[in-house]
Amino acid sequence: MKIVYFAWLRERLDKTEEDVDLPASVETIGDVIEWLKTRGEEYALAFDNPKVIRAAINKTHVRAEAKIAGASEIAFFPPMTGG
Amino acid sequence: MNSETVRISHSPIDTAAETRAVAEAASNIGAVVTFSGICRADEKGAQISALHLEHYPGMAEQEIESHVEEARKRWPLFAARVVHRVGRIMPGETIVFVATASAHREAAFAAAEFIMDYLKTSAPFWKKTEGGGKEIWVDANEKDERAAARWQK
Repeated sequence: MKIVYFAWLRERLDKTEEDVDLPASVETIGDVIEWLKTRGEEYALAFDNPKVIRAAINKTHVRAEAKIAGASEIAFFPPMTGG
Repeated sequence: MNSETVRISHSPIDTAAETRAVAEAASNIGAVVTFSGICRADEKGAQISALHLEHYPGMAEQEIESHVEEARKRWPLFAARVVHRVGRIMPGETIVFVATASAHREAAFAAAEFIMDYLKTSAPFWKKTEGGGKEIWVDANEKDERAAARWQK
């Protein structure tokens, strides 16, 4: 699965994207976050506060309970500040 | 909708040329409303030397386009255009430009505001300020969430 990161999430993880093999037990966006948090201290810190994490599946906004089945790209980013 | 409706720009926006293109899009246009979001020289009282704008390529355009489509369903628009800068932006430069054209002003004003309100809360762009040797990510604004929510009534 391709995961992309933006803004301070990208900076804290020091990567713009990565390819990961998600275990079968990971079914939702919330599960992905919990799984990522087990991968190291930088992930645990970056994803510490779920209130400031937004997600997208295939470039469409989704909530934490969204299923990831069929996803080709998952994105994580902070609340948007454009305009 | 033509491909020029929504554009991400890496260089300064020529708002006069963009406005003219929208005004000339149809002969029955009687009102063009434009909004320019400008890079301020300060953020929360602190001087800044520049803004850095990051976006999610593909999704940013898609999100804006879907809200321009929604605006077209709500108001009789003849043309609309949104141009958003990314990269390093200097104070005084335009960050975002929105133009809407209709036969009369009411639809053009409302549609421009609607598009901007949704752009602020749902289009994946992020701002970082640069100044005093520091770079700071700008926090999302609750006021913007409320501005977008009022269109859901």
